[in-house]
Amino acid sequence: MAKRLDLKAVDIFYGDFHAVSDVNLSVSPRSVTSFIGPSGCGKSTVLRTLNRMHEEIPGARVDGEVLLDGEDIYARSADAVAVRRTIGMVFQRPNPFPTMSIRDNVVAGLKLQGVRDKKKLDEVAEASLRGANLWKEVKDRLDKPGGGLSGGQQQRLCIARAIAVQPDVLLMDEPCSALDPISTLAIEDLIGDLKKEYTIVIVTHNMQQAARVSDQTAFFNLEATGKPGKLVEIDDTEKIFSNPHEQATEDYISGRFG
Amino acid sequence: MSTATGLSSPERPATTPTFQAPSTGRKIKNNLATFLVGLAFVIALVPLVWVLATVVVRGIGAILSSDWWGRSLSGVLPESYAGGVYHAIYGTLIQAALAAVIAVPIGILAAIYLVEYGRGRLAKTTSFMVDILAGVPSIVAALFIFAAFISILGAEQSAFMVSLALVLLMLPVVIRNTEEMLRLVPDELREAAYALGIPKWKTILRIVLPTALSGTVTGVMLALARVMGETAPVLVLVGYSQSINFDPFSGNMASLPLLMFSELSNPEPSGQFRIWGAALTLILIIMILQLGASVVSRFSAISK
Ligand SMILES: Nc1ncnc2c1ncn2[C@@H]1O[C@H](COP(=O)(O)OP(=O)(O)O)[C@@H](O)[C@H]1O
Ligand SMILES: [Mg+2]
Repeated sequence: MAKRLDLKAVDIFYGDFHAVSDVNLSVSPRSVTSFIGPSGCGKSTVLRTLNRMHEEIPGARVDGEVLLDGEDIYARSADAVAVRRTIGMVFQRPNPFPTMSIRDNVVAGLKLQGVRDKKKLDEVAEASLRGANLWKEVKDRLDKPGGGLSGGQQQRLCIARAIAVQPDVLLMDEPCSALDPISTLAIEDLIGDLKKEYTIVIVTHNMQQAARVSDQTAFFNLEATGKPGKLVEIDDTEKIFSNPHEQATEDYISGRFG
Repeated sequence: MSTATGLSSPERPATTPTFQAPSTGRKIKNNLATFLVGLAFVIALVPLVWVLATVVVRGIGAILSSDWWGRSLSGVLPESYAGGVYHAIYGTLIQAALAAVIAVPIGILAAIYLVEYGRGRLAKTTSFMVDILAGVPSIVAALFIFAAFISILGAEQSAFMVSLALVLLMLPVVIRNTEEMLRLVPDELREAAYALGIPKWKTILRIVLPTALSGTVTGVMLALARVMGETAPVLVLVGYSQSINFDPFSGNMASLPLLMFSELSNPEPSGQFRIWGAALTLILIIMILQLGASVVSRFSAISK
């Protein structure tokens, strides 16, 4: 299930704009890696190249290799749709499908991939909602619209939807930034559970969150506006937060800039 | 500035209260403006109510007469009050329906192309053409169909030719409206679907379109209501018939606007009777469509 990710010499462009340069990093299976760094340094950009979501942006382009268990997801023969089936994503703002019930939201991926078997869909819906720590709260209103839930519940619904297609890797782009502290804690707990089965990469603005949930932390930075963002260092979270290798990391962690 | 007043005001004795009643000048201006706005509203309303009242008063007798909804004018003498307009109602409905069958799929697909796929020249050109088409008067659309299909291709005059002209009039409305509805669907929903490994076409079909459905249906119904009253196409493209013709592809066929036009040359009072009746019938049909549109949009509105 969970797979390993390797980025080798990844450069990302939006048209002529060089957004991120020369990223090299590895993410091991069943671990949580967090991306931190000031706004605009390219964290989301890097994250979106990990499941080829950036291809939906006109002019966006990637050089280098992104390997999933050694297999290049940018290979000629690799289908972006298949890649995204394997590498799921949760977004900053909860985005349940407004025309669908809670249950249909969870199994939307499977249903649209052609799974019809109602029993199987119900099983997956329950398992995924349990996996997202949401089952107890919604089990009596599975047929109600997903938009009726609170923000934190909606975000967990989106996580349930993402894990229902059984990806190998789960990417999260600031999944808690639109949520209150209690919902944030609920999601952080959930991330702790999910890493037993998935490889997780999370972008966060909240350094305590990075320290709480992740095994390794990558610090991205921008030398100057207009210059490409860079991966400054990546190391065990403990190391990054206690004794980072680079001065810039230290400055950022201790709140001296960014 | 605020610091200055903040510092000085507590020390100043409160000789004059800070808040005073509005000045007389401002009161007068306010009342005058309120009056003018109200007047404009009434002026705008007068012709609307007048038209509606006139049509109802003069047409109610006709539409309540026993034969109105179930008979045609076949064999009815001009001066007689007998007969009904079901042949014309059928004509209006079938012509609009045929137009919708052609214009709605093309219009929705074109809008999907413009919103979801269109980039660069082709999309810009299409969009520009839609704008031009939206400005074409119905008589020009009718004459174009006459020239292209009847003069050049040798088709005979028929209800279907009318439908083709109505297609030209409906298309820009359907495209623009659907386009607007599709653009209202947030990109986050598309991204959510892509991130589940759902291909783009399926995302559009199963996520984007259902989300935009109620607005799209409403727009289609309004477009239909609009073309039903079009008179130029029926005058140019099909002959009038007093009796029912079920075949839209050949022969003369009545429709409500055409019936009204042909009864204009009837000097008898029964002609007036039928014109007002047909006018009221047309308004009723359009009203039912618009009601239907608002019901659809109420019931399939995205649940919050
Ligand atoms: N769709 C886009 N088109 C053009 N430039 C973009 C786009 N998205 C992001 N960028 C640019 O790429 C850089 C990195 O952005 P982003 O990855 O969103 O940063 P972060 O997530 O770290 O705040 C920024 O300079 C941003 O302006
Ligand atoms: Mg970001």
